[in-house]
Amino acid sequence: MIRPLNAWLVNLTLMALTLALLAASIYVGRGGELLTDKFRTMVEIDRELAWLVLTEVRLPRALLGLLVGATLGLTGAGLQGLLRNPLAEPGLIGASSGAALGAVLVFYFGMAVGSAMLVPLGGIAGALAALATLYLLAGRNPSIVTIILAGVAISAFCGALTSLALNLSPSPYAALEIVFWMLGSLTDRSMAQVWFVLPFMFVGWLLVLSTARALDALSLGEDTASTLGFSRRSVTLRAIAGTGLAVGAAVSVTGVIGFVGLVVPHLMRSLVGPRPASLLLPSALAGAALVLAADLLVRLPTGGPEPKLGVVTALIGAPFFLWLILKTRREHP
Amino acid sequence: MHLSLTHVHASLGGTRVIRDVSLAARDSAFIGLIGPNGAGKTTLVRAVAALIPHDGLIELDGQAVAAMEPRARARAIAYLAQGAGSHWPLEVSRLVALGRLPHLAPFRQPAPADEAAIARAMHLADVENFRGRDVLTLSGGERARVLLARALAVEAPLLLVDEPVASLDPYHQLGIMEVLRAYANEGRTVIAVLHDLSLAARYCDRLVLLDKGIVKADGRPDEVLTPANLEEVYRIRAIVGGEGERFVLPVARTD
Repeated sequence: MIRPLNAWLVNLTLMALTLALLAASIYVGRGGELLTDKFRTMVEIDRELAWLVLTEVRLPRALLGLLVGATLGLTGAGLQGLLRNPLAEPGLIGASSGAALGAVLVFYFGMAVGSAMLVPLGGIAGALAALATLYLLAGRNPSIVTIILAGVAISAFCGALTSLALNLSPSPYAALEIVFWMLGSLTDRSMAQVWFVLPFMFVGWLLVLSTARALDALSLGEDTASTLGFSRRSVTLRAIAGTGLAVGAAVSVTGVIGFVGLVVPHLMRSLVGPRPASLLLPSALAGAALVLAADLLVRLPTGGPEPKLGVVTALIGAPFFLWLILKTRREHP
Repeated sequence: MHLSLTHVHASLGGTRVIRDVSLAARDSAFIGLIGPNGAGKTTLVRAVAALIPHDGLIELDGQAVAAMEPRARARAIAYLAQGAGSHWPLEVSRLVALGRLPHLAPFRQPAPADEAAIARAMHLADVENFRGRDVLTLSGGERARVLLARALAVEAPLLLVDEPVASLDPYHQLGIMEVLRAYANEGRTVIAVLHDLSLAARYCDRLVLLDKGIVKADGRPDEVLTPANLEEVYRIRAIVGGEGERFVLPVARTD
């Protein structure tokens, strides 16, 4: 076992790192001049433009990176605790596939051009529909296995419908739009979208955080948790609904950003130890830091088109995950 | 503490496993729940812990356990499951501390009283030496004591343990039984599901012999562990011996 570091030290360091990355995310790229000496020498119209870029482009992008990363890290850690399985990730319960389908349908019917808010609206509707289906499929007192199986079924079905939408897409342009959106990105988002997803995420976070102690008790199994005073039904409902709301909201604005929810709790486990409740806050912070960092990476000038965020997180995440598996294999042969 | 079961019935997957069990227990008792495989011992203990529904009445100090507020019930009844374990490589002291969860107010850290209870439980179960170790790296005997310490840390007036000595060597079996005996001597009630009849005879104040969901015998170990009862319920011929150092040695099947 790796000796856990002082949890507060880890949390404070991660907080500082996240804030630094948030500042960098706002500053890096065009519009950053606003914060430099160059601003004073600019003509009025350029100043206005720079200010506009900063508040209307940079800020929502950075804030969404923060919110989405924190959501993925937190819900990943919560879900791994609930299912007592280190392979669980927020996409497992089907809410993100539902959100993706909802958003894709908006593109499919050509409504995305009408209003920037219709895509997230479709995404949230899809996530809620997926959660409602999960609730109906899993029954009143859902077991872990039922939830996973129902989640897999919903994900597969939503995935198939998304493919169908691509398949039957009215124009190559719409298909391309759908594909690009699904790759996950923080580009060209607005403050309106930030305000739109915030309440869903906030409620989702609170629901997941409310299960912290129950997740600790679940380390010893469902029966023991139950005899420690935690109702299985209530804990499961809160954790799943919270994850669905927050992740559904995240996917509805940014598309699918993979691997963060899976990898971050693993990374934090090696820093603060395996107790599920102690993983929630560090995972949220590290998730935010990771997504912000990855989003800075995609902005590096390459000459070609900007790589999509979801592609980059998976590109970083997958090899890292392999390394973790190899490390675990060495420790527990 | 007064536990009473009145005409309790319980089912498992549609089959009646517990039929009309009535029992009562008062504080400071170590009760062994014995009987062959499938007699309903685990089901009965799980019904008392309110883990499965039951018909009839199970009351603790005059309150139906099924109707108790979950946290209040968790403070009153501690339960150690059969073959319990940890899903994560938790540090021993952290794992034992989970026993205090029913006592913690929301958003509050453990109070000195909680720390004291954790220390007492670790002392009683003799796990202080590996308090900083990862529970998954301990031997079977050590791990069993750690998990027992978690249940002791609740400091509930009623402790239910399901086969606490299964798959342990004699040394560790005696260790666990001594811990349970000491816990009962502190004025609490321990109900343990046991398969080792000699250990049950030596450590328990009282034995309840279950057979096909019915209480076949209930009383002092020497009253319950008679050759006739063993032959009828366990279908074995056994040598029951010893005066102070009672033992049961199965020698042959009778069917």
